[in-house]
Amino acid sequence: MIGRLVDLSGVSRPRLAVVVGLGAVATSLGVALIAASGYLISRAAQRPPVLALTVTIVVVRFLGLTRPLARYIDRLVSHDLALRSLGTIRSRFFARIEPLAPGQLDGFRRGDLVARMVGDVDRLDGLYVRGLCPPLSGLAVAVLCVVAAAVMLPAAGVMLAAGLAIAGLAVPALAARWSREPAARMAAARAHLSSQLVELLRAAPEIVAFGAAGSRAEAVTELDRELAALTRRDVFRAGLADALVLLAAGLTTAAVLAAAVQARAGGSLDPVLVATVTLLGLAAFEAATPIPRAARELAVITAAGRRVLDLTSRRPVITDPGTPLPPPPRDATIELAGVTARYPGSPRPVLEQVDLRLEPGGRVALVGPSGSGKTTVTNVLLRFLDPEEGALLFDGYDARDHRQSDVRAMFSLAGQGAHLFNSTIRQNLLLARPEATEDELRAVLVRARLAAWVEGLPDGIDTLVGEEGRRLSGGQRQRLVLARALLRDAPVLVLDEPNAHLDATTAQALMADVFAAAGDAAVLLITHRSEGLDAVDQVVALDAGRVTSAAAI
Amino acid sequence: MPVPTTVRPRRIDPRLLRRTRGSRLALAVDAALGIVAALLVLAQAVLIAHIAARSFDGAGLRALSVPLAALCIVVTARAAAAWGFDVVGRLAAADVLSALRGDLVRSRLSDTQAGLDAQDDAELAVAAVAGIDALETVFARLLPQLVLAAAVPAAVLALVAAIDPLSALLMLITLPLVPVFMWLIGRTTERRALARWQELSLLSSHFLDVVRGLPTLRAFNRGEAQAERIDQVGERYRKATMETLRLAFLSGAVLDLAATLGVALIAVTVGVRLVEGDIGFEAALTVLLLAPELYLPLRNLASQFHAGADGMAVAGRLLDAAAVTAAPVAAPSPIPAAATVRFDRVSFRYPRAGRAALEQVGLELGPGETVALVGPSGSGKSTIARLLLRLAEPSDGRILAGGTDIASCDPDQWRRGIAWLPQHPTLLHGSIADNIRLGAPDAADELVRDAAEAAGAAEFISELPAGYETTVGDGGRPLSAGETQRIALARALLRDAPLLILDEPTANLDPASADLVRAAVDRCRPGRTVLVIAHDDDLASRADRIVRLQAAAS
Repeated sequence: MIGRLVDLSGVSRPRLAVVVGLGAVATSLGVALIAASGYLISRAAQRPPVLALTVTIVVVRFLGLTRPLARYIDRLVSHDLALRSLGTIRSRFFARIEPLAPGQLDGFRRGDLVARMVGDVDRLDGLYVRGLCPPLSGLAVAVLCVVAAAVMLPAAGVMLAAGLAIAGLAVPALAARWSREPAARMAAARAHLSSQLVELLRAAPEIVAFGAAGSRAEAVTELDRELAALTRRDVFRAGLADALVLLAAGLTTAAVLAAAVQARAGGSLDPVLVATVTLLGLAAFEAATPIPRAARELAVITAAGRRVLDLTSRRPVITDPGTPLPPPPRDATIELAGVTARYPGSPRPVLEQVDLRLEPGGRVALVGPSGSGKTTVTNVLLRFLDPEEGALLFDGYDARDHRQSDVRAMFSLAGQGAHLFNSTIRQNLLLARPEATEDELRAVLVRARLAAWVEGLPDGIDTLVGEEGRRLSGGQRQRLVLARALLRDAPVLVLDEPNAHLDATTAQALMADVFAAAGDAAVLLITHRSEGLDAVDQVVALDAGRVTSAAAI
Repeated sequence: MPVPTTVRPRRIDPRLLRRTRGSRLALAVDAALGIVAALLVLAQAVLIAHIAARSFDGAGLRALSVPLAALCIVVTARAAAAWGFDVVGRLAAADVLSALRGDLVRSRLSDTQAGLDAQDDAELAVAAVAGIDALETVFARLLPQLVLAAAVPAAVLALVAAIDPLSALLMLITLPLVPVFMWLIGRTTERRALARWQELSLLSSHFLDVVRGLPTLRAFNRGEAQAERIDQVGERYRKATMETLRLAFLSGAVLDLAATLGVALIAVTVGVRLVEGDIGFEAALTVLLLAPELYLPLRNLASQFHAGADGMAVAGRLLDAAAVTAAPVAAPSPIPAAATVRFDRVSFRYPRAGRAALEQVGLELGPGETVALVGPSGSGKSTIARLLLRLAEPSDGRILAGGTDIASCDPDQWRRGIAWLPQHPTLLHGSIADNIRLGAPDAADELVRDAAEAAGAAEFISELPAGYETTVGDGGRPLSAGETQRIALARALLRDAPLLILDEPTANLDPASADLVRAAVDRCRPGRTVLVIAHDDDLASRADRIVRLQAAAS
């Protein structure tokens, strides 16, 4: 599991080993400084000539200088590793889910699920700095210390090994077991509170207008109380693990000291080493202290990691053929022939035996009540969903024999399903054609009747549109999406409810512009409204996934 | 880029300290436990030095059994005190933070600007849950650590001065280096922490935005290019962050250096003086064991400050939001019954946009009248509804009800007389029945059914397996726009208020649903004043009067 996360983050094992090694060196130098100081003082107490101490003095000074340097390099290198890996995880995660969207990501349309997915990815940022590196380098230091102590006094080595094992392995294991359940409960409570807060803030105007502010605030406070109660329970356990490490450290030091006293009295230990081995034992626990915290972190990280890996390991259902046909010609006739389509996991098909024909330059309207499967037609055309029966044909060739990108290049999508990115108007337009010139951008803005408005903005075309375009009015949003689709200049313009949220006059004017602007492109207009229907050649009515009428006008 | 309205975080925001008022006792107990733990560390050092020195001189286990037993007691007590320090600190923090969240919710719900800026709200919700973790560091760690950082070095110095004044002097010389570096670190990290928090949330929201827009990216064949871009953005962020860290960690390293060099310096001078017979072994060993403890609380404080700076940056944001409360009306005027509502040259400007949404608008709604408000997109039709509901106050001009300025009425009282169907209604997580009851929580089932019937929603609700108990909203059963609209209409009708505001009730509906809604609107007109905001000519033509709104000059 952790190995798979390391693989996903693109960090090679040798690189990880180097970072862990640096951490171990930095900690070891600190332990060595304390032990060497103890040795220096003990040796000095025997009052040898000062010259006999020179080497030890140099060592102590050297350690005092190098430890901070080693720690500095270690922190830089490990943080660099963390940032690199988060970047890699993000881009790899994106690359792997890209062919799955939207059909194979369950409930993708729901904002909270997308947010949770992204939150899980964000949570992996602690994998190295807080999760993996401290315990691994701690382990290395612990082994070094035990060996050093055993060389001086075997009994001390044994005791130190036992103490470190309790502090570094037994306590973290206990802590992990204790925290697994609370961590899951906390995460659930937190997610619940967070979605309630978001909902409450989003719906604040309605809640206030309907006088429900008091009861709603009370409901959130109740959740908050639950979270606080859980926090309280977790606090005792989390703090207990740290305290147990301290206790193990203290008692081990006492035991090592007792063993040294015994050995010294028995004559098997050089008096100089009594303080040295004790201080070594005391300082060795610096290696074990971060381990319980790292264990808790890892529990949270692996829970998030499991969900991330579940997504990244899915195989795309819709794939490119081994030897694809050449791209369909721009003037291909596009046809849905007896298409039955169903979303994964859905009990009944959304489309049943649907026939639809789009001639080059033709204009077809697809009408029907909400839920009749109009948007699914778009998904089938763009190959976000493959038919269960029947086929999507370009000049009679099955779309599945073409490359997906060639199929999608045939269409230009606008309408309510199209996403506006939290960027500038320009960037949102350039998505359709990155190489478009300033004049081309202006031209599509004119065609979508946005040019006057854009020019009136202080930042013009470089104005930010806000998250999901929320800084624009509903009408402006639709027009910007339309302008983007026009810029793409694909053979077919698919307009999915382009005039939702527009007043009748504006919608009428917009539709007239659309048909003029579309030029020789074919247009598929998906709508439940009447504007624009007078400009099409054919109206296809859809109800409950079936074509109920197809009338030429 | 959205610039948060955060004030620049100071060292510790005084508003944060004020927030601790209810938990002062807990925080005091916490600091006391911290001091006890620190004193036990000193005792531990003295005991270890004593035992090791006696052993050096040849004493056996039996002779040292008492100090060894004392050592075991001291380390156990120390572990217990440290546990208490941790637990009490976090408990105190949990209470403070919970109260802060509560205030935030209450403030947003009482704020007359509620929901004017949806973008702000989403960001705020994230800060309220996630940012609180960072704040926990401030309350549970930073504040108690401040006490320790002052108390422990003083105790160590006093103890060392009693044992060996010369070493105490040496410590006194190296010690001031620490606060100086800490001050330097504080200055750099504080400013950078705010920038980093913003960048990090920007980066994360950029990624969220891209994932949300995945279908669009794929439709435009830009999915693969985007993966590369994510890589580039992450790489850019990494480089910028590493630059910050190089400096931030450098100050930390210098601090580290002061501490380890201090220890090394003391070890060497004490060693040399030992050879010269200037100091005893036990005293020398005690001083050596105490030396790291001198710097430890200050170093801990520095690292907590580092972590706490993040919290401080978020805190500013939350405290700002929680502080906004509507000023209560001193002596609210009574609400005039069945009065004409009149807009008297009302203007409105959105606080951040700078452009006027309404300019000198006059409008009259007579009792029992149905008025249609029409106008191009962006002409401020929805703003009129918000002003009527007092979800926002006019920047200029007055709204009068029978001659009384509604600003002088109690807002909750005033809203009780209004039912509202917003343009994009939100269903809250819960049952359909509870959603309809939003404005009338005690309404009987029968009345809920009647309202649903009148809104044309009864039929589809009864076809759902769980009927009125179906869970909707976030995570519940997905509903179509038309279904949502009709439930929201039922909600408005159940409110049974004399003034009904319908904001584009048919905008998102297919013709069949729109017909149902139009019929429902007709049914509820008798006995009510109705303001219909419409682009739908059919709907507008049924009104008694049509008012046209022009786009406000910008």
